[in-house]
Amino acid sequence: MQNSNTPHLKHPGFDVEKVRADFPILSQAVNQHSLVYFDNGATAQKPNSVIDAISHYYQTTNSNVHRGAHYLSDKATQEFESARSCIQKFINAAHREEIIWTRGTTESINLVAQTWGRENISKDDEIIISTLEHHSNIVPWQLLCQQSGAQLKVIKVKKNGQLDFNHFKSLLSDKTKLVAIGHISNALGVINPVEEIIKLSHQYGALILIDGAQAMPHLILDVEKLDCDFYAFSGHKMFGPMGIGVLYGKQDLLNAMPPWQAGGEMIEKVSFEGTTFNQLPYKFEAGTPNVAGAIGLAAAADYLDSFDRDALADYENFLLDYATIALSKIEGLKIIGDNCEKASVISFNIEGCHSQDLGMMLDQQGIAVRTGHHCAMPLMDALEISGTVRASLCFYNTTNEIDRLCQGIEKAKSMLI
Amino acid sequence: MTASDDIVDTLSFFDSWEDRYRYMIDLGKEIPSMPDDLKTEERLVPGCQSQVWIDYTIKNNKFIFQVDSDALIVKGLLAIVMAAYQKKNADEILAFNIQDYFEKLDLIKHLSPTRGNGLKAMVEKIKAIARIKE
Ligand SMILES: Cc1ncc(COP(=O)(O)O)c(C=O)c1O
Repeated sequence: MQNSNTPHLKHPGFDVEKVRADFPILSQAVNQHSLVYFDNGATAQKPNSVIDAISHYYQTTNSNVHRGAHYLSDKATQEFESARSCIQKFINAAHREEIIWTRGTTESINLVAQTWGRENISKDDEIIISTLEHHSNIVPWQLLCQQSGAQLKVIKVKKNGQLDFNHFKSLLSDKTKLVAIGHISNALGVINPVEEIIKLSHQYGALILIDGAQAMPHLILDVEKLDCDFYAFSGHKMFGPMGIGVLYGKQDLLNAMPPWQAGGEMIEKVSFEGTTFNQLPYKFEAGTPNVAGAIGLAAAADYLDSFDRDALADYENFLLDYATIALSKIEGLKIIGDNCEKASVISFNIEGCHSQDLGMMLDQQGIAVRTGHHCAMPLMDALEISGTVRASLCFYNTTNEIDRLCQGIEKAKSMLI
Repeated sequence: MTASDDIVDTLSFFDSWEDRYRYMIDLGKEIPSMPDDLKTEERLVPGCQSQVWIDYTIKNNKFIFQVDSDALIVKGLLAIVMAAYQKKNADEILAFNIQDYFEKLDLIKHLSPTRGNGLKAMVEKIKAIARIKE
């Protein structure tokens, strides 16, 4: 039975209990309440298939890759490289060499800034980012601009969290060398019109990097179709392990870029007269890689692929609508980022309550949300707020959990106001 | 009983989080708010999610702290920290076993110093003040 406060929306008929059974962490109690995990934007939980893939690797295969002349090393190398091919297919890249393993989105972006950037950016050039960006897609470009004397241009954001597209157009010029934009805003969940941004950027001869950290768990990625030059993402936000991520780059660009970190794996021949570098993708993978991480990430991609992705998206949209309606009924609650295309993320504030107080009180009730500036301080400044409470949902969340969030907020409010 | 023992004692008496949080909020409310013109960058405690300000004067070698936060529970945490340090001299501040105090609170209440709640940063700031004036 739905009570009068719960929104009446048609349930898309998705069997969420079956999905939840794949995620062992979700069935635990926190502070004597069954856990409600609404912090998927920070990191997503892992299905058994990912956990098993990692533990299976360490139990049966662990060995160093690309160097051993023995059975286990060959096996580890083969699994590591087939993980690369799996991700290549998952994002529809043309070549497996276009998949560079990194530690995550942050390292992927820094790699581009410090190799492509150092080689191609100089004084008088301009780099465009937006006010919506995560610090990981701001600071590497600030550093590059400091080092090169280039200018950083920042697309303004409207009050509802949407990019000001006209402002973006006005910033583009033949000085623009790179546009670096988030696919989905981590703080608000707003989906940016990346197709148009990519087309326009290319018209001005600029390259484009997409920060896909928040998009990978929600959207189907086709880098060929998007035609972006670089795409960065993290394994842990898409149900894979921490410490592994990907930089996708077009092969010609990657080939032309100088190496970054130096060490084993990335060299062809080392001598004191001169060292030559390995080919793609190894040129950018110095040192022993995170083999278990790559295998775990491939298992996460396989897990997502085992679903009809449109059905997952439908269910997440349903959750977003349900949560938007339910939360809007709470007096004094204001959703930040509305009336635009969004992933299942709701950022909000409640008049008279500090977001941190709300977060701590929700935690006491077993509800995990993120509070604060969400590593997007410039966005908070632009919206003239100090932070928000962010509930980031995904396909293993339920309407029942959203009801609990609403009740939890009402309880916190009654104690705070 | 000292002010800090008193807090440990009272908190251990409650058995619901609601009572504990109400008590902390009330403790925070007992602290007079800081005038806005004192809420400057230098008085801000770095590394807290909410804004936390600490100011002090010295009278008869004892530190009189004035503190504030824009978050209610954090202000309550400030009150808990103040119970240990208010009107103490530098030696007493530096000698106070804050770890032990937090452990006692934590055992009962999950009030451990995490980066999120800023307890640790508050203590660092107060100790830094005491060290300079030692
Ligand atoms: C949009 C966005 N970009 C970049 C990052 C950084 O990701 P990571 O910490 O995995 O490198 C995050 C993580 O919160 C993010 O949400």
